[in-house]
Amino acid sequence: MFKSRRNFFKKTIGAAIYFSSITSGLFYSISAKAGWPSAYFRQNSYKNALKELFGNQKLSKTENIELKLPKVAENGAVVPIVITSKINNTESITILADKNPVPLITQFTFAKTAEPYVSARIKMAETSHVVVVVKAEDKYFFKKRKVKVTIGGCGG
Amino acid sequence: MPGIKIRLKQQDGITRIRALISHPMETGYRKDEQGNKIPAHFIQELIVKHNDNIIATSIMGSGISRHPYFAFKFKGGKPGDKVSISWRDNLGFSDSAEKIIK
Repeated sequence: MFKSRRNFFKKTIGAAIYFSSITSGLFYSISAKAGWPSAYFRQNSYKNALKELFGNQKLSKTENIELKLPKVAENGAVVPIVITSKINNTESITILADKNPVPLITQFTFAKTAEPYVSARIKMAETSHVVVVVKAEDKYFFKKRKVKVTIGGCGG
Repeated sequence: MPGIKIRLKQQDGITRIRALISHPMETGYRKDEQGNKIPAHFIQELIVKHNDNIIATSIMGSGISRHPYFAFKFKGGKPGDKVSISWRDNLGFSDSAEKIIK
């Protein structure tokens, strides 16, 4: 009796956590136990990657993301990117390249003490768009920029 | 070659972290001279800390360039404080390094 009741609570709480994580869209948070969400990276189309990452969330176009990217990348294996979000309470910054074999490049999650800034070097398979998505207060914003790639950086 | 190089710079109460990590970041799509596929080998998770507090984390695929470079900024860093960076890759390897703010 007691045992089954305990199991019931366990299952109920487990289910509640599970469902709340689905509805919140982004499962990964810095408080969660470290884990690499392979489903995000398994998607081989940009559309599917967006769906897996953000579900049915509306992504609003914004000018409040500052994006430094070269217009032309001679070497797609090393494309420098600098992102500064001017959106209050930026929680995460996601970088995608819409024609890469794996469109999701990286997702950064920030603590409150972090400035919503990040710099990195990314690979681009071919001329395509770099899309940056910012999550802030359960809203999603994006900015996108085309980069011309002279030599692709994924197949090698 | 050291695994992780960290550089710190303080300005107006903000600490900028620059990190250079030694890692092949293989996609798994490339082939060697004999035409054999080079297995995927890339960092999956990165954690940046100020003392014992997490500043930022990252999940990534092989779309990050070879020998990854990252820069972050955070508030509240003081001389003597520690900044650390650690990573774990798809083959289970990991590394970490720390640096004291001057």
